[in-house]
Amino acid sequence: MNRYPFWKYALIAVAVAIGFLYTLPNFFPEDPAVQVSSSKAGVKLDAALLQNVEDTLKGAGIPFRGAVLDATGVKVRFDDPDTQLKAKDALVAKLGSTYIVALNLLSSSPGWLTSIGALPMYLGLDLRGGVHFLLQVDMKAALEKAGDRYMADLRSLMRSEKIQYAGISREGVGVGLRFRDESERNKALVAIDRNFPDLVARGQDAPGGELRVLAQLKPEAQKRIQDGAVQQNIQILRNRVNELGVAEPIIQQQGAERVVVQLPGVQDTARAKDILGRTATLEIRMVNEDPGAQEQAVAGQVPFGSDLYTDRNGVPVLVRRQVVLTGDRINDAQSGFDQRNNEPAVHVSLDGAGARIFKEVTRENVGKRMAIVLVEKGRAEVITAPVIREEIGGGRVQISGQMSTREANDIALLMRAGALAAPMEIVEERTVGPSLGKENIDKGFSSVLWGFVVLAAFICAYYMLMGVISTIALSVNLLLLVAILSMLQATLTLPGIAAIALTLGMAIDANVLINERIREEIRWGATPHAAIHAGYERAWGTILDSNITTLIAGIALFLFGSGPVRGFAVVHCIGIMTSMFSAVFVSRGIVAVVYGGRKKLDRISIGQIWRPAAAPAVPSKG
Amino acid sequence: MEFFRFRRDIPFMRHALVFNVISLVTFLAAVFFLATRGLNFGVDFRGGTVIEVHYAQAVDFTRLRSAIDKLDVGEYSAQSFGAANTALIRLPLKPGVSSAQLSDRVMSALKADEPSARQVRVEFVGPQVGKELYENGALALLLVAIGIVAYLAARFEWRFAVAAIVANLHDVIIIMGFFAFFQWEFSLPVLAALLAVLGYSVNESVVVADRIRENFRKMRKATVTHVIDNAITSTMSRTIITHGSTQIMVTSMLIFGGEALHYFALALTIGILFGIYSSVLVMAPLVMWMGVSREDLVKPEKRPGAEGDKILP
Repeated sequence: MNRYPFWKYALIAVAVAIGFLYTLPNFFPEDPAVQVSSSKAGVKLDAALLQNVEDTLKGAGIPFRGAVLDATGVKVRFDDPDTQLKAKDALVAKLGSTYIVALNLLSSSPGWLTSIGALPMYLGLDLRGGVHFLLQVDMKAALEKAGDRYMADLRSLMRSEKIQYAGISREGVGVGLRFRDESERNKALVAIDRNFPDLVARGQDAPGGELRVLAQLKPEAQKRIQDGAVQQNIQILRNRVNELGVAEPIIQQQGAERVVVQLPGVQDTARAKDILGRTATLEIRMVNEDPGAQEQAVAGQVPFGSDLYTDRNGVPVLVRRQVVLTGDRINDAQSGFDQRNNEPAVHVSLDGAGARIFKEVTRENVGKRMAIVLVEKGRAEVITAPVIREEIGGGRVQISGQMSTREANDIALLMRAGALAAPMEIVEERTVGPSLGKENIDKGFSSVLWGFVVLAAFICAYYMLMGVISTIALSVNLLLLVAILSMLQATLTLPGIAAIALTLGMAIDANVLINERIREEIRWGATPHAAIHAGYERAWGTILDSNITTLIAGIALFLFGSGPVRGFAVVHCIGIMTSMFSAVFVSRGIVAVVYGGRKKLDRISIGQIWRPAAAPAVPSKG
Repeated sequence: MEFFRFRRDIPFMRHALVFNVISLVTFLAAVFFLATRGLNFGVDFRGGTVIEVHYAQAVDFTRLRSAIDKLDVGEYSAQSFGAANTALIRLPLKPGVSSAQLSDRVMSALKADEPSARQVRVEFVGPQVGKELYENGALALLLVAIGIVAYLAARFEWRFAVAAIVANLHDVIIIMGFFAFFQWEFSLPVLAALLAVLGYSVNESVVVADRIRENFRKMRKATVTHVIDNAITSTMSRTIITHGSTQIMVTSMLIFGGEALHYFALALTIGILFGIYSSVLVMAPLVMWMGVSREDLVKPEKRPGAEGDKILP
C-alpha cells in the first residue's frame, strides 16, 4: 500500500533533473561585456574586426577576458562595469563611425548548457535597469501628412498632364483643387481617377460659381496609411535605437496605434530619452520672399498663408504654409563636405517620388529660398533655409553654406530623425537606473530566502518527518518554478519575485491539508497506511478546487495587467501549476519511498496526534 | 506539536448573527472611508510622474521643495522613501509638457542645488494610459468575481458560490477601506495583491464548503447547524496554519522587500488576516441563512458502493 508504480518515480526524477538543469544558468553571474556590430549593409563582421578590437583594447591598456567573434559581431567580456565603460569609450573613439558599440551583459554559463537552451531568467526592466517607453502615433496627423503628399503629387500630375488649375490646397484629409474651366476640371477628374486609384475625386460646385474638385482617400487606403505609419515609425525608431548602441532592444507594435520601446541595461537613460523623444516631423516649404512681407510679419502682421518661424539661431523666417515635400520622402541624410569648396555640407537622398517633386520645385524656384522645417508638437523650427541654385534631379541634394561641421552633423541628424511618417507622443515611461535594479534583485531574493527558511523550520517542527517531506516538496516546487521561468524566458519583475514568495506560502497549503487529514484519520482510529492513503485521496479534490480559483485570479491579472504586474501574474499562474504537481505528486512519491515499502506500519512521524481523553492513546495495531 | 486541541465542536453558528453584524459594520466602515476619503491612487491610475532620487546624505526636504517650487510644476508631493537619503517626488500631469522634459527639468534643478542628487527611477503615465489601467483593473476584479462564482456554483452549489463571493469581496472592500483610511498609495501592484487575495481567500471557503459537503454525507442525523460547526472546527487547524505560513512569507517581504513591495505586502497581510475571518465566519452563516440543506449537496440516488460511507480497513 502507498507505493508508487515505477513510472511515477521515473517521472519525478526526470522532472527534478530537468528542473535542476534549467535552473543552473541562473547561478552563473553575468559578465559586463561590450558588443561591436553593425546594422549597415556591406560592413563586414570578420576576423579583421576582431583583431582591430583586440588591438584597440590592448593599446589603451584595458584588460579583457575573452574576445569572441560570432554571427552578431564581436563580443568582449570584462571583469567589472568600470572597465566595461572604459572599453566602450575606447572602442567608440576608434570604431564609432562605422560600427555600433553596445554595452551588454553576457551570461557566463558553459556552452553545453546554452546549447540545450538553458538560459538564465529574463530579467525585467525593474530588475535590470533600463528604459521603457510607450509611444502613441497621432493617426490624424498621419492622414494629414498623407494629404500633404498627395497634394504635392496632384500638383505634379496637373503639370504633367498640362491641366490648367487655379489653386490647390489641403482640406482636412483630402486635397481641393479649383478650376476656372469646366473642361479642365473634367480632364482633372479623369486624370486623377486614372493615376491615383486610392483617391476618390468628386466635382463640386461651390457658391459663387467656383468649380472645385475634392479628392479624398478611400477608407481602405486610409487604414493602409495608418498601419503603414506605425510600421514606418517602428523602422525609424529601430534606426534611432541602433544609434544608441543598446543590445537586445525591444520595439513592437502594441494595439492599433501604439509602439512599445524597451531598452534594457541602458545606463545613460537621459540620452536615450533624448534621442527617442525626438518625435518631430520634417516639412519642406518655400520661404515667403515677397518684398516687405517679412518685416510686416515681424512687426506682428503675418500675411495669410504663411507662418513666422525662427531658425536655429533665432533669426525669424517667414515660411509659406503650403508643404512642398514631406519629410518621409527623405531616405537618408549624412553630413559631409561640399566637393567644390570643401565646406561642411549635408547630403540628402530622396526617394523616387520625392526626387521628382524636388526636381520640379527647384526648376521653378531657382534663386529663391527653400525652408526645411522641423515640426514638433505644434512648434516649428526652421533647420536651414538655403538658396536654390539650380534644378536638382536624381534625388541627391546637397545643402551647404555657412555651417560648421558640428552644425552639419546636427542638421543631418535632425533630418534623419525627423523622417517620421506621423508624429508620436510618449504616453507612458518607466526608467530604472541599474543600481536600483540590482537593489531590487537583492531585496526580492532576501524575502524569498528568509521566508522559506522560517517556513521550513516551522513546518518541520510541526509535522516532523512528514514536515520534512513537505519541505522537500516545496523545494522541488521552487526548483521547477525557476526552471520553467528560465525555459520560457518569461520576464521576471520585482512583483514576480514577490509572486514566487507568495506561491511558496500558498503551496504549503496543500501539504498542510494532507497532513492535517492524515492526523485526523489516525485520530479517528485508522491505521497509518490507510490514513496516508485517505489523506491524499480526500485532500486532492479540495486542493484542486482551491488552486483553480487562485488560477482564475492569476489569469485575469495576466490578461488585464501590464508591465511589472504582468510579471506577477505569469509567475503566479506557473507557480500554481508547479505547486499542484509537487505538493501532491512529488510529496506522495517521497512518502511512498519512505513508508510505502513497509507492509506493516505502526506509526508515522507526523508530529503529535492529539486525541481527546476519551479515545485510546495508542493506535490499534494492524 | 499540536496547537489545536478541540475537545468538541465549537458552536460557531450559535453566534452567526453576531458575526454577520460585525462584518456588516466593518464593511460599512470601509465603504464610508472609501466614499469620504477616497483611495490615494498612484501614478499608475491617475497619470503623472514619479521620480525617485538618491542623495549621498540625508535629504533636506526644505531645500528640495524650494528648488522645485521655482519651476512651476503644479501641485507636487515630495517625501522620503524608505531610507533617509531617498526622496520620492510625485508630479501631476501637466498638459503640453512631456514627462521627459518635466523630469529632466526637475532633476537639473535638484542637481544644481545639491550635486550628489542621482535619479534612480522615473515613471510617467499619460492620462490615456492611466485611465486604461484603471478600467482594466476594475474589469479584472469583476471578471475574477464572476469566474469564481461560476466555478463554485458548478463544483458545489449556487448558495456556496454566492456566499463565498460575498464573503471574499467583503475582504477586498475592507482592504480598500484600510487604504482609504490611511491614505496609503494604491498602485498597480496593490491591485495585483487584491486579486491574489481574492483568489486565495476563496481557498478557505472552498475548504470549508468541501468539509460541509463531506459532513452532510457522513453525519446522517446531524442538523445543518451541527454539520457546519463541525466543518469549521475540523478545518480550523488547517486554516490557521496555512494562513500563518503564508503570512511568514509575506512578513519576510515586509521586512526585506523594501519600499517597492511595501504596500503590496501590506495589502496581502490585511487580506490574509481578514480572510480567515470572512471566509469562515461570514460564508458559513450566509450559507446557513440561505437555507442550505443536505439534499442540496448530496445527490439523492444511491449507487452501489456509494460515496459517503467510509469503509476503513
